[in-house]
Amino acid sequence: MSKTTYTLLIIAVISIVTILIRFLPFAVFRKRTPKAVLYLGNVFPYAIMSMLVVYCLRNISFTGSTHGIPEILALLTVVILHKWKHNTLLSIVAGTAVYMLLIQMVF
Amino acid sequence: MKRHKRTDQNQNTFQFAFRASLPVMAGYLVLGMGFGILMQDKGYGWWWAALMSLSIYAGSMQYVAVDLIAGGASLITAALMTIMVNIRHLFYGITMLNRYKNTGKAKPYLIYSLTDETFSLVCSPDLPKSVDQKRYYLYVSALDQCYWVIGSILGGLIGSALPFDTTGVDFAMTALFAIIWLEQWEKSENHLASVTGLIISILCLLIFGADQFLIPSMLIITAALIVEKRWLEEEVEDE
Repeated sequence: MSKTTYTLLIIAVISIVTILIRFLPFAVFRKRTPKAVLYLGNVFPYAIMSMLVVYCLRNISFTGSTHGIPEILALLTVVILHKWKHNTLLSIVAGTAVYMLLIQMVF
Repeated sequence: MKRHKRTDQNQNTFQFAFRASLPVMAGYLVLGMGFGILMQDKGYGWWWAALMSLSIYAGSMQYVAVDLIAGGASLITAALMTIMVNIRHLFYGITMLNRYKNTGKAKPYLIYSLTDETFSLVCSPDLPKSVDQKRYYLYVSALDQCYWVIGSILGGLIGSALPFDTTGVDFAMTALFAIIWLEQWEKSENHLASVTGLIISILCLLIFGADQFLIPSMLIITAALIVEKRWLEEEVEDE
């Protein structure tokens, strides 16, 4: 098998599995969605966003050289600025800038 | 006259979707470039990066895919790895079942393009009345994928010759998720679902470690939310 064929096959497998996962709930509940699943659909956004935030911060290390300080300070910047101004772009730009400065210059 | 009004609303919707997608633009251009650069490093030109961003379109999985391809992994390994990394997408589908119900021809594309970031923009949008909800879903989904594909191509073309240090710029995604989380918190009276997700994810991260905590988190969160149904159902209403 040539390198090109191999790479194309791997891409096809990953792509098909990803598509299957994304379509699965819609295929399973195509006709009627049980009440319990609708209920989960309503409460999932809250729980999943919590999980995604943790997921983003999963590699934080409190025992490593930075002790997680850049992540904590940048996250505080985001939360405080957002509570104050409620401007999504401003909060993201400021938080990211704080994080980049801290890990590039300070630590 | 009527037609004119519709065009107006459409324009409004597009502008609203575009504004909402700006944080993802920042994150996806940079992360997409990172992916393109990585592919370039392994000897795969920009068209490979573009092909993967068009067909797979799942950020973290594409990073994993680079390792799989470079390491010569078997097709079975690739399939199993994809399930482990992307299984969280089941949650997104379940959440969007109702909201994507009557989206017509756009539905297959909306489902196919439901990434973490797109999910965060469509799962609890505070849409003004002047915005057409279904078109908002479509615009956000398509814009996000454009950013991702453009980023990957740029990365493949420019390679690591970038004039400035972008280390840490991926924090933009963390910040976006944190803000959406915060806004959900402020919007709802009952914080039980948010707190449940947070506590279980952190515990699972501590117990199972960074590479393996997602699946146990998902299972336990689902179980906990079912148990908590009676306290959650009255408060958390679909808007």
